[in-house]
Amino acid sequence: MSETYRPADADQVQEIVAWAVAEERPLEIRGAGSKRALGRPMEVCSTLDLSGLTGLTYYEPGELVLAACSGTPLSVIEAKLGENAQRLAFEPADYGSILGGTAGQSTIGGVLACNISGPRRIQVGAARDHCLGVSGVSGRGEAFKSGGRVVKNVTGYDLSKLMAGSYGTLAALTEVTFKVLPMPEKTRTVLVFGLSVSEGISVLGQASSSDLEPSGLSHLPAAAASRCSVGYVTQPGDSVSAIRIEGPAPSVEARCRSLREMFEDRGATEELHGHNSSTLWREIADVDLLGEAGGDLWRLSVPPSTAAGVVDRIGAALPSTCDAEFLFDWAGGLVWLDINAAKDAAHELVRDALAASGGHATLIRASEEVRRTIPVFQPTSPGLAALNARVKQGFDPRGLLNPGRMSAEY
Amino acid sequence: MRMPEPDQSVLAARDTLIASLQSIVAEEGVIWSENQLKAYESDGLTAYRQLPLVVVLPEDTRQVSEILKICSEHGAKVVPRGAGTSLSGGALPLADGVLLALGKFNRILEIDYENRCAVVQPGVSNLAISEAVADQGFYYAPDPSSQIVCSIGGNVAENSGGVHCLKYGVTTNNILGLEIVLMSGEIIRLGGKHLDPEGYDLMGVMTGSEGLLGVITEVTVRILKRPELARAVLVGFPELEDGGQFVADLIGAGIIPAGMEMMDKPATHAAEEYCQAGYPLDAEALVIVELDGHSTEVDHLIGQVEEIAHKCGASSLRTSQSEEERLNFWSGRKAAFSSIGRISPDYFCMDGTIPRRSLPEVLKRMAQMSDRFGLRVANVFHAGDGNLHPLILYDANQPGELERAEEFGAEILKLCVEVGGVLTGEHGVGVEKRDLMGVMFSEADLEQQQRLKCAFDPEGSLNPGKVFPTLHRCAELGRMHVHRGQVPFPDIERF
Repeated sequence: MSETYRPADADQVQEIVAWAVAEERPLEIRGAGSKRALGRPMEVCSTLDLSGLTGLTYYEPGELVLAACSGTPLSVIEAKLGENAQRLAFEPADYGSILGGTAGQSTIGGVLACNISGPRRIQVGAARDHCLGVSGVSGRGEAFKSGGRVVKNVTGYDLSKLMAGSYGTLAALTEVTFKVLPMPEKTRTVLVFGLSVSEGISVLGQASSSDLEPSGLSHLPAAAASRCSVGYVTQPGDSVSAIRIEGPAPSVEARCRSLREMFEDRGATEELHGHNSSTLWREIADVDLLGEAGGDLWRLSVPPSTAAGVVDRIGAALPSTCDAEFLFDWAGGLVWLDINAAKDAAHELVRDALAASGGHATLIRASEEVRRTIPVFQPTSPGLAALNARVKQGFDPRGLLNPGRMSAEY
Repeated sequence: MRMPEPDQSVLAARDTLIASLQSIVAEEGVIWSENQLKAYESDGLTAYRQLPLVVVLPEDTRQVSEILKICSEHGAKVVPRGAGTSLSGGALPLADGVLLALGKFNRILEIDYENRCAVVQPGVSNLAISEAVADQGFYYAPDPSSQIVCSIGGNVAENSGGVHCLKYGVTTNNILGLEIVLMSGEIIRLGGKHLDPEGYDLMGVMTGSEGLLGVITEVTVRILKRPELARAVLVGFPELEDGGQFVADLIGAGIIPAGMEMMDKPATHAAEEYCQAGYPLDAEALVIVELDGHSTEVDHLIGQVEEIAHKCGASSLRTSQSEEERLNFWSGRKAAFSSIGRISPDYFCMDGTIPRRSLPEVLKRMAQMSDRFGLRVANVFHAGDGNLHPLILYDANQPGELERAEEFGAEILKLCVEVGGVLTGEHGVGVEKRDLMGVMFSEADLEQQQRLKCAFDPEGSLNPGKVFPTLHRCAELGRMHVHRGQVPFPDIERF
């Protein structure tokens, strides 16, 4: 019998998990379910739906801190922060549309559980870096908290970090606390057109190694650029390397001038202002610029300087019957790869391609069948896998929370 | 300070253990004579002292692994130590414990400018990393006051901050990879040169784990391009509240300075006597605001900062016009602890964090406590992030003063938690705040943390007696208390 429980508060969450422990009944833990299709498929009959836990529990703009119940929609939080000209600086991306749903559904708990960050991650850190504290219920059915409501805190182990990217396999989160930051006065983006992948990444690396403090560094090959809804990006019909600059107006203007001078020999340049700039980066963050066909979608985290080589190796190894498209963020450190018509999402050759240089590949989108067959998350060394399994055991000894979502072993 | 009872069988087998250790590292790498052990009897928290059973100085990861295996076989506890600058007793030795000192891990292994990172051994000092990349205009951002000596491995273990962490984050935000060795001797690599480690964020929990989870043998840090310009503004206020308002108004205006420090009158006076930094001696609150970045931005924001300072009733204001003047502004703040050392035989440095808006209340109540305990207190404050360092002045030679100072410190930390803050912002729990953990965490919270330790160190051999007030066996922590047969939740929505 399949049943969904939708508690209204943290006590009810604890009650349900304690019951599931007693009954040894596995639970699917979900918020709004916008990232349900990410991860290994689970054989679970009961669902713990946290979307009923909503509302801000603490927001002091002067302290730059916000806490909310885990099921609070991200859109509600962003609107509230916007009223005070503040934001979640790690720029949570919305995977709703690439995962076959609609955008705008994410909850704040889901953002943390999947550690979802956007292009600004390169400058300010990931969701895990901005999370100050969590409350949740472990797979033992016990409520616990970690961290606090202040930015600087080393009291006890930093379990908030562990929750980030654990995909609901360690605890059902009930409340999360984040650091927030002021919105900048001005945002602009410098575009450099017509560069190859390796040239583009070298330009991004140069910007990243400058003292101009870029907050976004992305390279769009021509195909990806052509899908952007900003005319300045599509019009030349070529690849685009994009560098975002944010801050006080005079500073942004001066830094953009420096960037254009720095790269004027590399290709034609252009500058996007406010609205166009935010549209471009929203589309990069949400991976809207890749593969309309909706193939298998990989997310690769690699040392930035190795990205071009990784992509070359994948391109060379793919059978000619497959189409592949790429998009680069984080100065090359994040590679999005969309592959059509490959057997088992070409997982062996994708992971082989980054074996030499380090990094990891996550299969963000694929059919249920493929996700059941191959490892969605990067397989680790046996020692690390065993350690991960022991960590899981410490939180969820009976393996009841999102069982098998990250790994068949834990 | 109560520490776990020494294990008599380990004490009795000391000679065998020393011989085993000598078979792993070169002879001079094992220190066991009482004279030489003296050098290791305490860390930066000198109020507590204990001779270790033996000190061992390995030179590579393989030796660390073998040492930990041998110690596991002997049932001996292990205390890891970097440069020994912990202010919370994190590296305080145990009578029946091997002190594993990582001083010989002092090499920078690789500097990778293309990927903006450096791979270093844990014994490298914080500042040495910045110096190694300075010729290319790079630096490592976290800058604890002890950065000349403190080691990067210790920084990871304590998740160290520094005066610039308001803008650049603390250690956990600035590292990419770790190599660690578990108590079993197993070597594990976490992360690398890429962002966001795969799987569970074990690098995140290793950072700030105070040497209780694993021994750090390699660290990959992010390096940043040094900002084009840094300038500082030195502002005095006639009342502490004005200083607090100034900090709040800056942040309200959307300005996040690179660093923002506040000192009260006693701290300002002590620092000025020591350094002659030109601090205004009439100010009740002295604030240093530093802005860095592109020169256009710095000069633009300096104007705004000056305007806000005047609006908040500043009684004095100076803006650095040269690098020399900027460093001079900082000299007094950086020497604040040493300068207190000159006006008092002993002092305790506390480290609570509070919500910024509670500052006036907390300072007022601390002044009342100071009267009650009959001990002076001076305050330095990382004003941007609410991290407060009250310095309690005492004289250990006066009977009862140490105990009164400890009690005063505990009261301050309880107050920090009461107003919504935490026990420690950057110095760690160690032994110093161990018995206060219950003020902030429930038994269930602490047990869950200890279950994480069980995953790394099931016998509890690594740095026991630190962080947790009560030691539990892992078997006991793993036990489940299951209540069967409840009628499940009639009130909860289901479908």
